[in-house]
Amino acid sequence: MTLRIDAITDAHILSARESLPEAFSRPLRERVRSWICWTVFGALVIYCLVRFNFSPYRLWDGLSELGLITRLMFPPSSGGNFDLFFWAILETLGMAFLGTVIGSVIAFPLSFLAAKNIIPTWFFHFGIRRFFDVLRGVDVMIWALIFVRAIGLGPLAGIMAIAISDTGTLSKLFSEAIENVDRKQVEGVKAAGASQVKVVRFGVIPQVLPVMLSFALYMFESNTRSATILGLVGAGGIGLLLADRIRTHVWDQAAVIILLILVTVYAIDFLSKKLREHLIGSTK
Amino acid sequence: MPMPNDIVPEGSLDPVAAFERARNEMLRQKRVQTLIFIGVFIACLTAAVIVGQFNIFILIKGFPRTTEYIEKLLPVLRWETLGADASEWYWNIGKWLELLAETLLMAFFATLMGTICAFLLSFSASSNLMTTHWIYFITRRFLEIARSVPDLVYALVFVFAWGLGPLAGILALAIHTMGASGKLFAEVNENIDPKPLEGIRAAGGNWVKMIRFAVVPQVLPAFASYTLWRFEINVRTAAILGFVGAGGIGYELYTNIRLSYYDDVSAILLIIVAAVITVDMSCEEVRHRMIGKEFLR
Repeated sequence: MTLRIDAITDAHILSARESLPEAFSRPLRERVRSWICWTVFGALVIYCLVRFNFSPYRLWDGLSELGLITRLMFPPSSGGNFDLFFWAILETLGMAFLGTVIGSVIAFPLSFLAAKNIIPTWFFHFGIRRFFDVLRGVDVMIWALIFVRAIGLGPLAGIMAIAISDTGTLSKLFSEAIENVDRKQVEGVKAAGASQVKVVRFGVIPQVLPVMLSFALYMFESNTRSATILGLVGAGGIGLLLADRIRTHVWDQAAVIILLILVTVYAIDFLSKKLREHLIGSTK
Repeated sequence: MPMPNDIVPEGSLDPVAAFERARNEMLRQKRVQTLIFIGVFIACLTAAVIVGQFNIFILIKGFPRTTEYIEKLLPVLRWETLGADASEWYWNIGKWLELLAETLLMAFFATLMGTICAFLLSFSASSNLMTTHWIYFITRRFLEIARSVPDLVYALVFVFAWGLGPLAGILALAIHTMGASGKLFAEVNENIDPKPLEGIRAAGGNWVKMIRFAVVPQVLPAFASYTLWRFEINVRTAAILGFVGAGGIGYELYTNIRLSYYDDVSAILLIIVAAVITVDMSCEEVRHRMIGKEFLR
């Protein structure tokens, strides 16, 4: 049936509406469901506003306070402590680096155990994966707090905290990389009569190593960010100095430390991005 | 990297030998590169060991203390009196669940506020949508600063401005979310199909209409997926904001670790891990459902 557009009458529309109701509006059930969802959402937002006492007056009050703090931050001045800050930044980087290295070294063998195509036993990699989930589920700050209690204040606690939480994250990422390898190389090595160990060595590792290195670099980048705040709980690095400056209201020095953190994070991001591009490029 | 057959010189007498020579040259270059990488790595490692004051002896000495600490964290649960032991372990469950709810609400509200700001700013931070260069530049730098300062540092400062409590934590999380999501949203915006943009422009729509009818329908699914992911991250962070007094379950955990109430520490840790895993799994479920719907359309 063809109709010219000026020949369409109300009757046509009505009959189309009757025969194809879903083309004109969503079914009642779906509409009710989305209506309920939005109501719950709105109620939750209002509840949050009330519970957290989000009044414009209070927000404004805090903003003027924040303005005062920002004014005190300028001009930033290190107060003669620049060397101290610089060493603390280096210590932060060292913590992030060592933590990542230790985490990767532990995660490397574990990830093979957690990969479905290496160990086909179901309950085995299920168990080991839940273990990684627990390591990852506890934030690195919490690990830092625990290690500070266990091995004392200082960068070592931070290194261990980063290493433990990285073990969880990297094992998961590594084992996913192992599961995504190209079957053809593995089968080729197997067809040549290699043992299981040789299959892993020559069929799997050459494929996954660049990916793993790039994940490790990415984690180093993210660990640099976390390492800057680990000092808040006494686990070494620049965070301790920053927390001290903020708690004693020495805002100009706090500003210098924040700027130093920003510069470091940018520099590491840039370097790691370049290196990762190089690594992934070399596999092609 | 040059391939062996590129290097084979024209008209050489024995192509096999030439190929082998070129291949050996290539392998040698690669080996040199690997050696340089290993050298740099060892240098970095040594520097890190020195500045990080890494001491294997302290670590070895600390190892039994760490295992001892973890052992102490494990609660005493006897099979015969399991119910009583468990209720003794979770003696303060009401308060902890209340704090957990506060943590989740903080993460929810901060994600909402941060995402709204990120959504609004993302369009002027996309080079294909914002042709006025200085607005683009300023928005980009603003988002960069918002996400590069760690959220705990924001929380630490905001605690002075807004006082101890969840409000400072929410605002800190929201600012960080704005920066991180804003950048991701802008990248999504930059990768859209330009044809609908031209269509709206040709039909005489202004900038706002162009965003509303040509950009938003294309990017909304990706935005929603990123927002769910950000919510997962924010739940984790909200759980530790209490360390600096910015609300949530973190303060309770902090004091209990400080005071060495081992049973309470493990009880709270278990609650946090369970909550984080549950949130991760439900967000995954929602994401799958959304993707399913997109395919149906």
